Amino acid sequence: MKAKVYVTLKPSVLDPQGKAIQHSVELLGFAGIADVRQGKYFEIALDGSLPETEAREAAQRMAREVLSNPVIEDYRVEIES
Amino acid sequence: MKFGVIVFPGSNCDHDAYHVISKHVGQPVDFIWHRDTDLSEYDAVIIPGGFSYGDYLRAGALARFSPVMNSVREFADEGNLVLGICNGFQILCEAGLLPGALIRNRNLHFICEHVNVRVETTETPFTNQLNGGSVLRIPIAHAEGNYVCDDETLDELQREDRIVFRYCDAQGVVSDAANPNGSRDAIAGICNRDRNVLGLMPHPERACEDLLGSTDGRDIFRSLAATLAATV
Repeated sequence: MKAKVYVTLKPSVLDPQGKAIQHSVELLGFAGIADVRQGKYFEIALDGSLPETEAREAAQRMAREVLSNPVIEDYRVEIES
Repeated sequence: MKFGVIVFPGSNCDHDAYHVISKHVGQPVDFIWHRDTDLSEYDAVIIPGGFSYGDYLRAGALARFSPVMNSVREFADEGNLVLGICNGFQILCEAGLLPGALIRNRNLHFICEHVNVRVETTETPFTNQLNGGSVLRIPIAHAEGNYVCDDETLDELQREDRIVFRYCDAQGVVSDAANPNGSRDAIAGICNRDRNVLGLMPHPERACEDLLGSTDGRDIFRSLAATLAATV
């Protein structure tokens, strides 16, 4: 079982890295890009001892308390069995 | 009075802070390893600059889970003085001892230069020997010093006189051009509601010697010592 956690900056927080990335891909010739936001992706391998509901709760706690900073970031958790 | 300087794996301004306390403040000071948890013999604790845990995940994010941080929280809750400099400020925000967060500088650069900061309040144990509105020339050295917080928090910081330092020009004028990293409201340092915890991005410990180009940082440590002398 695997927990996948996506951490993204809140829409209200400016993302200077995303802006720089957008500029670079535009220099490569890609057009029509409205915005680029950079985030983080975590894969947490679980040993399967927890049922899915509990694994999801645990992953959400990890995402909330460690992987993201709630002041500036949102998170989303997916469980893959 | 006795000072403690906390050392995390990756701290690199710990010796500077130690030097300033022992040489310029003239008080006993110990290094405190991040696994230690007993702060009972200290009157003030400094969380120094550096790259604790290599800035992995987010600057200051992993240091928050070091054993010493629970003790720092209790130490602060008891009203003792905690000063977080640069990475120390980031750690205090991550730990929730100060509001807001520090994100990547708006120009994406690691900025290492002397900047001017204005003393916004002298009503703190860290600034009571300074003149309100005076301009200090102190170096910054960070990539994540761009202070962000929500509107409600900013309003609270302003209303409660908790913005302690703002970036400004040499004349003390706050402007976008004088804001090196894009910090909201030009914030360079803030304190908590009880005013015993201060976090700032500039490095006052690097501005205590003529040889280093500025001695403007000394009065911050002198304020700390004066506060303790009056209470300890």
